[in-house]
Amino acid sequence: MENSASSEAFVRFEGVQKSYDGRTLVVKDLNIDVPRGEFLTMLGPSGSGKTTSLMMLAGFETATKGNIYLNGQTINNVAPHKRGIGMVFQNYALFPHMTVAENLAFPLQVRNMGKSDIEERVKRALDMVELGNFGDRRPAQLSGGQQQRVAVARALVFEPELILMDEPLGALDKNLREQMQYEIKHIHERLGVTVVYVTHDQSEALTMSNRIAVFNDGVIQQLAPPTDLYEKPINSFVAQFIGENNKLSGTLLSTQDGICTVRLPTGEEVTALDINTDDIGKESTLSLRPERVFLDPVEGQCDNVFNGKVEEVIYLGDHKRVRMNVCGHKDFIVKVPNSTDNKGLQVGGVTAIGWSSKDCRALDPA
Amino acid sequence: MMTNTVEAEGQLTPEEQKLLTADMHRSLRRKKFRALFLVAPLLIFIMITFVAPIVSMLYRSVDNPQVIEYMPNTSAALADWDGNELPGEETFAALVTDLAEGRKNRTIGKAATRLNYEKSQMRSLITGTARKAGRLKPPYKDQVIKIKAGWGDIDTWKVIKRESKSLTASYYIAAFDMETTPDGEIKMLPEKERVYLKMLWRTVWMSVVITLLTLLLGYPVSYLLASLPMGIANALMILVLLPFWTSLLVRTSSWIALLQGQGVINDILVWFGLVADDNRLSMIYNATGTVITMTHILLPFMILPLYSVMKTIPPSYMRAARSLGATPFTAFFRVYLPQSVPGISAGAILVFILAIGYYITPALVGGQSGQFIGNMIAYHMQGSLNWGLAAALGVMLLVLVMGIYALYSRLVGNNNQMTLR
Repeated sequence: MENSASSEAFVRFEGVQKSYDGRTLVVKDLNIDVPRGEFLTMLGPSGSGKTTSLMMLAGFETATKGNIYLNGQTINNVAPHKRGIGMVFQNYALFPHMTVAENLAFPLQVRNMGKSDIEERVKRALDMVELGNFGDRRPAQLSGGQQQRVAVARALVFEPELILMDEPLGALDKNLREQMQYEIKHIHERLGVTVVYVTHDQSEALTMSNRIAVFNDGVIQQLAPPTDLYEKPINSFVAQFIGENNKLSGTLLSTQDGICTVRLPTGEEVTALDINTDDIGKESTLSLRPERVFLDPVEGQCDNVFNGKVEEVIYLGDHKRVRMNVCGHKDFIVKVPNSTDNKGLQVGGVTAIGWSSKDCRALDPA
Repeated sequence: MMTNTVEAEGQLTPEEQKLLTADMHRSLRRKKFRALFLVAPLLIFIMITFVAPIVSMLYRSVDNPQVIEYMPNTSAALADWDGNELPGEETFAALVTDLAEGRKNRTIGKAATRLNYEKSQMRSLITGTARKAGRLKPPYKDQVIKIKAGWGDIDTWKVIKRESKSLTASYYIAAFDMETTPDGEIKMLPEKERVYLKMLWRTVWMSVVITLLTLLLGYPVSYLLASLPMGIANALMILVLLPFWTSLLVRTSSWIALLQGQGVINDILVWFGLVADDNRLSMIYNATGTVITMTHILLPFMILPLYSVMKTIPPSYMRAARSLGATPFTAFFRVYLPQSVPGISAGAILVFILAIGYYITPALVGGQSGQFIGNMIAYHMQGSLNWGLAAALGVMLLVLVMGIYALYSRLVGNNNQMTLR
């Protein structure tokens, strides 16, 4: 590789395209560098090309165009079993006719390791996932969470440098899923392996990843650490896909020093950060997180202040979600902390609301 | 019932458990009756058309009414006979009475046929004597022996005495290629007179060959069908089933057209000069013909169970094995094949059991060397009218199949449950 960046990248997609039918591209010009030891998540709705990208990396799909590098070597023509990549599948794919220990021994046996060596490593792997006494059970005798741990242990037992995970927590219930998120995160931190993780669940992605690649329509919309993705979305798809978002459409009036003014169809003018707008006079979408909106703002606290009519109040314990009609948008959501001050929210009542222009981002028209 | 309400804390006492069980059964009783009601028509049908004939066949293989029924006086007279020398005058008198009576009622032929199975010449001995029995005057002994010298042979009487019991093992003895000597000793027939065991053995090994061939041909096809997208798989499945929907006779005849001496395959081979015109391959009217034709006919019975099992094996298992470092070969043999075993065993047992009882195809294309035991049973049913022997052979086949099935469920059945659990 002549390119210096690639020597740092452990996994590298370079101009990768994939088409199944020869007419439409499922993955369009994919370029990612994954440094060694990173936990990278491919996040996106179904059909966005994230799983296809993972399968190309694993070797189960061939790239129609472009190159995939692993450790500086192109692996386009390397068979899956020679890539040395550990993989955790959506439904675990534990071999039902083998015991847990046999499942874990499988990757070691096909590598012709010695018997005592295999036993030793299987034991260590089982201890790592706290299933030391479960070696003789069959996968079907384990709970979903236990099967999940065995699948992770099996992908790790032959000490690959790269682990791929294809929606591994999709089949678990909510509590278990959250618990497993931490376990996988901790295993990653402890072992320092590189992980490429595919999911459509944004909270999962936000919890575990170093960086997240948001996929849509075969293209990476944004590749950034979780905080940036949530706080600083660069286009309206990401703003809408990650977290809750208030979307206001309007026309760009002026822009100066990164601050722009957008006129809403109802006539109000909003100032916002100019992130990703077109020329003046063109459409733009404003993105605003519900928790950054204040009720009855103090004088000078917000540079955008409007009136909102309360349409609906949903009580969620620690906070209330208030749906309001603001500037003609009936689905404007405000998150109100549950404090003694704002108990007086009544459906039908009109309140002043406001937000800082630094919390509002002017993006491309959705 | 309020008494059985389970307290949130605390275990049920044994009495409470008993009451709970009774409640449970009571609540399920309606359901059970409903189930019984739904299966009743089929159950009755099967009892009448399947179980009853089998029981009757089992009985017929040991049933022995002819001698005791149609020669009652002789049977009674021989009951106390010690078998050391020719029976006395009163036994001959009983014989003459039976023969005369039997001739009048036209029943003596049945006893004669029955006894002829045990000892050749018995039929002519009995029917020949019966023709004259009406005109005889006592004392009978010498006159009877004069009519047919066979009556002077002590073995004749031993056979009649032996077969004058209402149950007999003689059909089974014949079915195992054995015979009973007049002294009551059971021994194997001379090598070249043995027929049934040889044929049973041939039936078994040819069925094994057919089963293996269907597996060999069916496994890759099923794998392909199971891994293709639904639409294409369904279209190809029609091709698999098409022969299935064609008449058995049509299929068998078309194999005759293909395989016979002047048939398509031989013609092509001769045309290419691979086979001399005067030395054409004989591929039909022998064991080869039976194996080829039956493999083709039974192939769908292998493909369907294989396909249905393979369909349930997610492709992710193979992928997982590959990602763990297994070559395609290892992945197949260690991961895919073991999981397709239920399909293999179901298909194999189905094909084998169908093959072992097959009758029509061997009859049409089997010639001499390709006959199955089923053909022998049919011959005794329709040709020789020796239903007892046909029944005994049928029971042998039934026991063999049940034995094989028991072996199968021991070897494979338990394994299946293990994978399911």
